[in-house]
Amino acid sequence: MTMTAERAAGRNRTGSLVEQFELGLAAPICLTWELTYACNLECAHCLSSSGRRDPRELTTEQCESVIDELQRMQVFYVNIGGGEPTIRADFWHLLEYAVAHQVGVKFSTNGVRLSPERARFLASPACGGYVDVQVSLDGATAEVNDHVRGPGSFDTALTALGNLAEAGFTDAKISVVCTRQNIGQLDEFAALADRFGATLRLTRLRPSGRGADVWDELHPLPEQQRVLYDWLMAHGEKVLTGDSFFHLAAFGEPLPGLNLCGAGRVVCLIDPVGDVYACPFAIHDSFLAGNLLTDGGFAQVWRTSELFTELRSPQTGGACTRCGFFDSCRGGCMAAKFFTGLPLDGPDPECVRGFGETALTGTRVIPTASQDHSKPKATRNQPVMLQLLDGPPTAPPVSACAESPLAGFRP
Amino acid sequence: MILDEAWSLSPSVALRPEPFGALAYHFGNRRLTFLKRPEMAAVVRCLAEHPDVRTALVAAGVPESQHAAYADALAGLARTDMIRPRGSTRPEGMPRPDDAGAAR
Repeated sequence: MTMTAERAAGRNRTGSLVEQFELGLAAPICLTWELTYACNLECAHCLSSSGRRDPRELTTEQCESVIDELQRMQVFYVNIGGGEPTIRADFWHLLEYAVAHQVGVKFSTNGVRLSPERARFLASPACGGYVDVQVSLDGATAEVNDHVRGPGSFDTALTALGNLAEAGFTDAKISVVCTRQNIGQLDEFAALADRFGATLRLTRLRPSGRGADVWDELHPLPEQQRVLYDWLMAHGEKVLTGDSFFHLAAFGEPLPGLNLCGAGRVVCLIDPVGDVYACPFAIHDSFLAGNLLTDGGFAQVWRTSELFTELRSPQTGGACTRCGFFDSCRGGCMAAKFFTGLPLDGPDPECVRGFGETALTGTRVIPTASQDHSKPKATRNQPVMLQLLDGPPTAPPVSACAESPLAGFRP
Repeated sequence: MILDEAWSLSPSVALRPEPFGALAYHFGNRRLTFLKRPEMAAVVRCLAEHPDVRTALVAAGVPESQHAAYADALAGLARTDMIRPRGSTRPEGMPRPDDAGAAR
């Protein structure tokens, strides 16, 4: 009898669904599969530090075996991402293969390969209405979007959305990572979605991958969190969130969807080389459950890995369990805590009760990345996150050679 | 009254056994539904083998005092086409108009 089966046999079957989910499921509900680390863009906040293809990337045959296994496990759909998945030469083949094997596909793209021809393919009976497309857009204007995603990326995304609409592909998703600069554009995003007959999907910025480098600058300010929460409460039924804002539940009423961390319980990630991580935002050795090539396949890793077994055991200690709002936010996002150097049983860095800000001012060590597929040299697509000063500088910069003891001092 | 009618699992739906019961997925409208009790999963699974819902409930070991509650829950499943009346002619796998945002 496996560990999971033992626990399943011994567990209380009458607990709430959230309690049941915390103990883990027979197979993930929300599985993300990054097909490649290669990407044409170099987004400043890329959660998987993508850029270059990994030479160990799963082959077409290996990918087909993964799909076969997902079908056997009854994983009904998979979220495909990257990198930019569509630049894999076999992407369209794998898409058809998955659909033919009852594994639906939602894929995330920056739109670079969504030509009118591909858009027509996606809208065609070959995909059987069994494919969802998420086009990433992190600003409702080119100015805000291209600041983090790189020059030209706004136009690329809008061209793709236009091609999809033109081809009759209904209900594409516009996928937005909420940042300090775009929280004020929520209504504009909704208008863009309407314009393309698309659905808006908002998700949380995590300090994962290259996101760690820009999180301080980009993550929404406390008052913006409130704006976001109120907006979601008002428009939540029409907007998808990937259940990523459960840390905001402590503002009051929980948001629609699952309000818990699903890492290793209902969620996990397969990376381009077959490594299985607890969650798409936790690509780090600390959250590596195993590899599906070397550890007996995905089902084996999902069911028996030590890491996942541990994540499925009840959380008992920690500062958060004593907080009156613990039942609302369940302690927030594990990845957000880990990559900001906060203890995993403590508050989320964006805890809406303010405990995160206090924790961030304490001693903490930001973990070093355990993988990085960023391009070694910047290309013309790299975003340049410089901002113009509000006005001319008031004094020349202080030179290292300045001799005056009052150099740089401006009363 | 649904209890006296003949129902079956929708042909577009797959059930995945889970420790708490089962997960039902509709391949047409892409709705995911949690059957939160093993008894509920058993009922849904055996609907087609019984002349009516009441017999299926008895076969799955649901006490009569809970039949009304189960009937309500089944009516909820019917609204999203997870189960359908036997002899229903709705084409298989057709998305319904109210399915936007089904898969969060």
